[in-house]
Amino acid sequence: MSKSESLIKGSFSPQKKKRSLPWSGLVFWLVIAIWMVPVAWLILMSVRPSADILGAFEIIPSRFTFDGYRDFFLKEMWYKAYLNSLTYSTLNTIFSVTLALPAAYAFSRFSFAGDKHLFFWLLTNRMAPAAVFLLPFYNMYNAVGLFDKTLGVAVAHMLFNVPLAVWILEGFISGIPRQVDETAAIDGYSLPRFFIMIFLPMIRSGIGVTAFFCFMFSWVELLIARTITSTDAKPISAAMTRTVSSAGTDWTLLSTAGVMTIIPGVLAIWFVRKYIAKGFALGRV
Amino acid sequence: MKTRNNKAWFLVLPVILVVAFTALLPLMTVANYAIQDIFSPDNRLFVGMKWFYDITNDPLIISAFQRSFQFSIQALLIQIPLGIAIARIMPKSGWKASAALVAVSIPLIIPFNVIGSTWLIFSRKDIGLGGYLLNKLFDFDFTSDPKDGWGLILAVDVWHWTPLVTLLVYAGLRSIPPAYYQAAAIDGASPFAVFRYVELPKLRRVLLIALLLRFMDSFMIYTEPFVITGGGPGDATTFASILLTNIAVGQFDVGRAGAYSLIFFIIIQIMSFLFYTVLTLQDREEVTKTK
Amino acid sequence: MAEIRLENIGHSYDQGATFALNPISLTWKDGDAIALLGPSGCGKTTLLNIISGLLTPSVGRVYFDGVDVTDLDTAKRNVAQVFQFPVLYDTMTVRENLAFPLKNRGLSKDVTATRVEEVAELLGITKYLDTRPLKLRSDLQQLVSLGRGLVRRDVPAILFDEPLTVIDQNFKWTLRGRLKELHNLTRYSLVYVTHDQTEALTFADKVVVLNQGNVVQTGSAADLFLAPEDEFVGFFIGSPGMNFIDGSVNNGSVNIGSTVIGTTSGDKPVANGNVRIGIRPEFLAVSSTSSGVNVKISRVEHRGGYKLVHADGPNGNVIAKVDSNSSLDAGKTVQLTFHPERTYIYRDSKLCGSVNVKGA
Repeated sequence: MSKSESLIKGSFSPQKKKRSLPWSGLVFWLVIAIWMVPVAWLILMSVRPSADILGAFEIIPSRFTFDGYRDFFLKEMWYKAYLNSLTYSTLNTIFSVTLALPAAYAFSRFSFAGDKHLFFWLLTNRMAPAAVFLLPFYNMYNAVGLFDKTLGVAVAHMLFNVPLAVWILEGFISGIPRQVDETAAIDGYSLPRFFIMIFLPMIRSGIGVTAFFCFMFSWVELLIARTITSTDAKPISAAMTRTVSSAGTDWTLLSTAGVMTIIPGVLAIWFVRKYIAKGFALGRV
Repeated sequence: MKTRNNKAWFLVLPVILVVAFTALLPLMTVANYAIQDIFSPDNRLFVGMKWFYDITNDPLIISAFQRSFQFSIQALLIQIPLGIAIARIMPKSGWKASAALVAVSIPLIIPFNVIGSTWLIFSRKDIGLGGYLLNKLFDFDFTSDPKDGWGLILAVDVWHWTPLVTLLVYAGLRSIPPAYYQAAAIDGASPFAVFRYVELPKLRRVLLIALLLRFMDSFMIYTEPFVITGGGPGDATTFASILLTNIAVGQFDVGRAGAYSLIFFIIIQIMSFLFYTVLTLQDREEVTKTK
Repeated sequence: MAEIRLENIGHSYDQGATFALNPISLTWKDGDAIALLGPSGCGKTTLLNIISGLLTPSVGRVYFDGVDVTDLDTAKRNVAQVFQFPVLYDTMTVRENLAFPLKNRGLSKDVTATRVEEVAELLGITKYLDTRPLKLRSDLQQLVSLGRGLVRRDVPAILFDEPLTVIDQNFKWTLRGRLKELHNLTRYSLVYVTHDQTEALTFADKVVVLNQGNVVQTGSAADLFLAPEDEFVGFFIGSPGMNFIDGSVNNGSVNIGSTVIGTTSGDKPVANGNVRIGIRPEFLAVSSTSSGVNVKISRVEHRGGYKLVHADGPNGNVIAKVDSNSSLDAGKTVQLTFHPERTYIYRDSKLCGSVNVKGA
């Protein structure tokens, strides 16, 4: 046993962890528990027959049905739509974040002709109401052959996601002192190498949150996705409108679809969780 | 301090091209429709500013916009402080942080129509848990009482979107170098002083994003009020988007609809601009440095 | 200002699996300026954080003026710390920044104001008192950071964690000089962490060289330069570092290859066997007249006030510092001349004796 080891065994004093007020943890989980009640309600709705949902107030269902889930997994319309949405949301996230990073860096570090106007113009695209674009998009995407293709939706969603990505990333990039860039330049790093090896890890909170938001906004977007698709690339949000028919709404099926649509989002946040939580790390250059 | 470098345009070019493709071209088409009166595809009349005049004087439209504005302000006043508060008490690391992130994100990833349907049933006093419980406290019926309808939609918006504020603030907080907290501890700062002098200043950028994003999105709210209250009771929850869609769909008047959406679009841009200018005022002041 | 004593301080970040800092004991007199020098990962920041209280050591105790402060957190230890980048309250003016620690301790407005003015005067930033710190240059910002530590009179020590990291090249020198000046004026105990030997050697009275969690050598700048106890110190300090030439000891005779360069000298006898001869470029001379170890010059570097002669030694490159008007050229074969007092013998990286140079 080395000297260090014997010393440790004898008098190891665990590192003092600064604990925030103990009750804040409890309050948080209490808030979360309450916040999740509507979600629990949704899950319950997904296993109750439609008639029951409208008929009686029950917390514990008296009758169960898994028809919703059966339909969802077995009917091609549903799982295909699910995959379609997954595809274009993921593609869109990758495109948006990749394009936005260099632009955000430029906006943060450089001033150039028209930069402020350009930045604001970008923002206006995020703020634009989708309804304005429906008809023109319909014509345009048809014309360029991107109608009813997941790639088309992925591109169309860049309308609002790229500006958002640039905006959020610019904020996080501006939080890193410029001297970091300068020190790296002096140390002989080329811009791409510096960016990938040193800079990106520093802004990982921002990247994590941006990626999640892009995925999320694309995933829940209904109007545009429905407008420029018909059968092949139909998104899950459009499939859900099928639950409303002349016979009334199939609440069970709608709720099931709702529950299933939560899963990819959970995966998305799970995927980026470490990025968001770890946050700042000043690399010792 | 930014360096002047016009070569930065190359970094920004891909973004411009993509967004221009997705935005400018469609807009030009809409503008075209808007200033024509479409009787039939073969019979178009150049009508010009008539539509725009009509819109700005229509009392229905004006009140809808006022409603949207009030709604957004109220939503903001709740969501921003609440979002910050939750972000501050969220676990910072370990499995608890991961679980917390997942839980907080769930409301964001549910499609809007599902949120609408869920809350629709949930808030009914006869078949929903929420409605049932609320009626134990007071008389709650969103189908008949305008205040209840408004309150419900407000609650849905808060429930749905506060997590966005929380996530942004949480990420922002995690990006603060520990040295600031350490220095504040050395300086003997109280927890409130730490929040006021370390956290809030560092969260400014992120809060700006949250503020503008949430205000505009709440202003343009559509699906949830459509599904839950249909714009009612009466016109209590007939917000700008709902009214405009009703007009466009109901009357199938492409020219008028185009005009209205363009107006809506312009108003949104102006509001964004005002908001943005005011909120970034301080940034512009800090550009100069001593030599 | 206080005497700082570290008793068997060690730290592991993974419950004893590996030690970032192996247990050491150090004592520093009140008013000393100490530099903790070493490459990244050597444990110097760990050591600093243990002294400041940001880290509780896995083993060992920390004493300020004889008082055990190991279990006290940073605020209670009352130390001041300057970080790698300026840590300031952006929304306050410089004046308010400096007043902040005093305000939190409940001092009266008058006392606070006077103290703030004093410290601003001391640091030379009086004219910036009513500006926002963000508008200042980075070296001035660091001075404000430092000022927040100086306003408190009862500070036992001021700790610096690589404070020049984000300072513009042009101003590193002035800031470093100002820190030294301040130390001379105030005689605070200062502990300064850096990986830059120039900073350490110009700033500190005493330098502690660390490598891989161990203290390799402690001493004044002169000690470390002139008599390195470890090959690491020889290599890390000096620009360029010490030369290490393969050699051997045979019954008191020191050889490089087949050439005898001298005899062993020192407190303890040096056993026979392979050794490495350590000599700094400053003390290595080359000439073409005397006899000795032959080497061929590979290149000559001009460095302004002097030249560096690179030559192919028995086991690699050997560097000698020569006068700028020396006339040596690449390709020439010359002989190495060893300084009579500065030629050392190293075995297993540790100093084990010096060489009594033949013919000196």
